[in-house]
Amino acid sequence: MTTAAVSELLEVNLGPQHPSTHGVFRMQATLDGETIVALKPVVGYLHRNHEQIGEHATYIASFPFTDRLDYFCAMSNNLGLAIAIEKLAGIPVSERGDYLRVIMAELTRLVNHVAVTGFVLNDMGAFGTPLLYAFRERERILDLFEACSGSRMMCNYIRPGGVREDVPEGWLNRARGVVTNFPRFLDEFELLLTDNEIIQQRTRHVGVLPKELAVSASVTGPLLRASGVNYDIRKVDGYSIYPKFPFKVPLGAVGDVYDRYYVRILEMRQSVKILEQALKEIPGGPAISPKGLALVKAPRTFRPPKGDAYGRVEAPKGELGFYLVSDGSPIPYRYHVRAPSFINLTVLEDMCRGQKVADAIIILGSIDIVMGEVDR
Amino acid sequence: MSLDQLFVTAHDKLVHLAEAWLPDWTGPWASIAARIGLVAAVAPAIMMYLTLYERKVIARMQNRLGPTRVGRYGLLQPLADGLKMFIKEDLVPEGADRLIHLLGPILAVVPALLLFAVIPFGRNMAAVDLNVGLLYALAVASVGSYAIFMGGWASRSKFSILGAMRSVAQIISYEVPGVLSVVAVIMVTGTLSLVGIVEAQRDGWFIATPWGLVAGVIFFLSGVAEVNRTPFDMPEAESELVGGFHTEYSGMKFALWYMAEFLESFIVCALTVTLFFGGWDGPAVPFWTVAALLALLVATATRLAVPTRAVGALVCLGAGIAFAREPLPSWMWFLAKTYFFFFILVWFRGTFPRLRVDQLMGLAWKFFLPMTLLNILVAGVWVAAPSGVARWLGSATLVAAGYWCFVRLNKPAPLERRTYVLAD
Repeated sequence: MTTAAVSELLEVNLGPQHPSTHGVFRMQATLDGETIVALKPVVGYLHRNHEQIGEHATYIASFPFTDRLDYFCAMSNNLGLAIAIEKLAGIPVSERGDYLRVIMAELTRLVNHVAVTGFVLNDMGAFGTPLLYAFRERERILDLFEACSGSRMMCNYIRPGGVREDVPEGWLNRARGVVTNFPRFLDEFELLLTDNEIIQQRTRHVGVLPKELAVSASVTGPLLRASGVNYDIRKVDGYSIYPKFPFKVPLGAVGDVYDRYYVRILEMRQSVKILEQALKEIPGGPAISPKGLALVKAPRTFRPPKGDAYGRVEAPKGELGFYLVSDGSPIPYRYHVRAPSFINLTVLEDMCRGQKVADAIIILGSIDIVMGEVDR
Repeated sequence: MSLDQLFVTAHDKLVHLAEAWLPDWTGPWASIAARIGLVAAVAPAIMMYLTLYERKVIARMQNRLGPTRVGRYGLLQPLADGLKMFIKEDLVPEGADRLIHLLGPILAVVPALLLFAVIPFGRNMAAVDLNVGLLYALAVASVGSYAIFMGGWASRSKFSILGAMRSVAQIISYEVPGVLSVVAVIMVTGTLSLVGIVEAQRDGWFIATPWGLVAGVIFFLSGVAEVNRTPFDMPEAESELVGGFHTEYSGMKFALWYMAEFLESFIVCALTVTLFFGGWDGPAVPFWTVAALLALLVATATRLAVPTRAVGALVCLGAGIAFAREPLPSWMWFLAKTYFFFFILVWFRGTFPRLRVDQLMGLAWKFFLPMTLLNILVAGVWVAAPSGVARWLGSATLVAAGYWCFVRLNKPAPLERRTYVLAD
C-alpha cells in the first residue's frame, strides 16, 4: 500500500502581539512549511481618528497631532502640514525659518534612518547591538530637538511661515558638532554591517520589489529609490529651499532588502552634506514671517480663502502629503493625510510571497512602517 | 594540602570520616552522595552566574552597564531572577498536553546535569571517570532534542510547533558533523575516556594539529548550533517565532528551559576545552601572580566599600602567599578556558545576526559534513604516518586542499558588486 504524503497549509498570525511587527500590526500568513504562500496585512488596531480630529480643530491645533503620526519623524510631519497651510493661505516663509526647517527635516531623516536600520538588524536576530549603537547617535539628535522645541520626539516645532521660535543660543554650534561626528559613526556602523557575510546572505535578493510594481503601487521614499526609480520630492517639487543644496539621490540596483539598507545609509550621507551646508549658510533674521506669526498668535481668527491645497514633503519614509479643503471658516472642511507607511505597506504581500517566514519579518522591517502613521 | 587537589582531598576526608564514624558500607555511599551533591549544587550556581556573565558582557558590547541594581555590580541579580521565576504564575495553554508540557523542561535539564558527571574539571576531578565517557556525553546530549520537541508539541501553539520542528531538524543535522569531528580525536587517542583524552594532550593540545584544528572548530560550531545559540538560534528565533518552542512556558518551567540552555552551552565549551584545548592542563603559571592580580582588581573596584575591598584584597593576597610555591591549579585552568569559550558564545550573540533555516542546514550538510569526513581521513594519515615534519605538512596540505575545494563547491552565485547611482 502506498500513501502519498499529504501536506497541509498552516495559517499563522504574526501579531498583533508579536516582537517584530513594529507596533500593533497583524500579518495573517499562510505557510507551506516555512515558505509563505499568502500574507494578509491586517491594520487598524491603532486607529485614533486623526483626520476627524483635524476637521474639528483649527489649523494650528492639528500640529501636535501630526507629531503622533510617525512618531520618529515629528519634524517632517509638522513641515508637511505647514507647507499645506502655506499653500492654502499664501503665507510666505522667513528665510531663517526656511533654513531651520530644512535642518530639522534632515536631522529627522538621520534619526529615522539610523533607527530603521537598527530595527531591521534586530529583526534579523542581531541581539540589539546595532540597534543600540544606532540609538546612541539618535539620542544626540534628540537632545538637539529637546533643546529647540522642548520635547525629544513630539516636537510640535514647525509652524506656517517658519518655526515656532528661534533656536536657543549656541544650538547651531552644538548641531554642527553632532553633524560633523555623524559620518564617523556611519563608517563604524558600516564596518560592522555592510560587508557582513550573514547580512549579505540574509538580505540579498530577498523581498525584491520590481520597479514597475513599485511605481504602480505608488510606493515612495527609500523603498521606491532602492528599486531604482529616481523620485525624490525634494528634487521634484523643489519645495522650501532644497534647490539651494546640491545633494544627490542615491538609487538602488535590485530593489531587495540589502539595497534598501544601503540606500538609507547613502541617504544619510547626503543629508549630512545638506546639513553641513545649511548650518554654514543659515542667515539671521526672524524665525517666522509676520503673517505666520499673526496666524500662530490668533489661530481662531485665521480664515483661509475657500479652496483646497495639497502640501507634500519627502518624509524619511516617503511622500507625506496633507490635503486641506477650506470652506472659509477657521476649521478645515476636509483634512486628509497621505501616509507613506500605509501606502508602502500595500506591496508587502507581493514582496513576501515565496519567501521564508524569517524573510517576511525583515521585509516588513525594511519597508519601514510606523503604526501611528499607518492607522492614523 | 595542595591547592590543585583541594576538592579531591576534601572528598577523601569526607569518605574517611564516614568510614571512621559510621558502618563501613557507608564509605562508598558517602562518596557517591558527595559527587551527586556537588554536581547538583554547582550546576545551577554556574547557570545562574552564566546569565549574569552574559548580560554583563553583552551590555559592555552595547555601551550599557547591564544589571547594577540588585547587589553590587548586580551580583545578586540571578537570585532575584530566580525568585521572580518562582513566584510567577505557571500557565498551561488550553488544550495542551499537561503531562508532556511538564515533562519537556524536566527532560531538558536532566541530561544537562547528567553531562556534568563525566566532565573532568581538574586533575582527578571527574565525578565519574567512565571509560566510555565521550560516548556517554554525546548520547546524553542528544536527548535534549526530544525535550524540545515534547515541549513544542505539547504547547499546542503554532509558534511552538514551528520552533520545535526547526529545532529538531537543526539538532539532528548538527549532531552528524559534531560526532564525526570527535571521531578523529578517538582515532588518535584510542580512548573514549575524557580523562584519557586530556592526558593524551600532555605533549600538545590537539587544536595545534591540522586535524585537531578542523575538528575543534567544527565541534565547537556544531555545539553552538546544537544548543541553539546565535547565530544558530533558529528554534527560538525571537523576532520570528516569538519564543519558539518555549513560547507557551512561564514561571519555573520557563526557567528550566533557560537553565538547560545555559548548562548545555557550558558543557559545549567544557567539551571543546577537554577534547581540543588540553582540558585542565595548562602552562605552569605560579599561583601567586594570579592571586596578586585578583587582589589588585578587588582593591581598585571602586563600587565596593573600602573595608570590603581591604578584606577581599587581603584574602586574595593571603591565599597567594599560602600557596606561593604552587602552580595555578588545574581546575582553575579548566574553568578559565571554559569561560573564555563561553565568552566567544556571548560575543557571537552580541555581534551576529541570525542565519536563515535553509542556510543553516546548507552549512551543516554541505560544508561541515564533507569536511569532517575528510578530517577522519587526515586523522588516519596522522595515526599511520611516522611523526615528523613531513606528517605535519602532509596533513596540513590535505586539510587546506579540502577546505579550498569545499568552499569553492559551496560558493553561491558570486555576490555581484553593486553600484549605487547618485542621481540628481
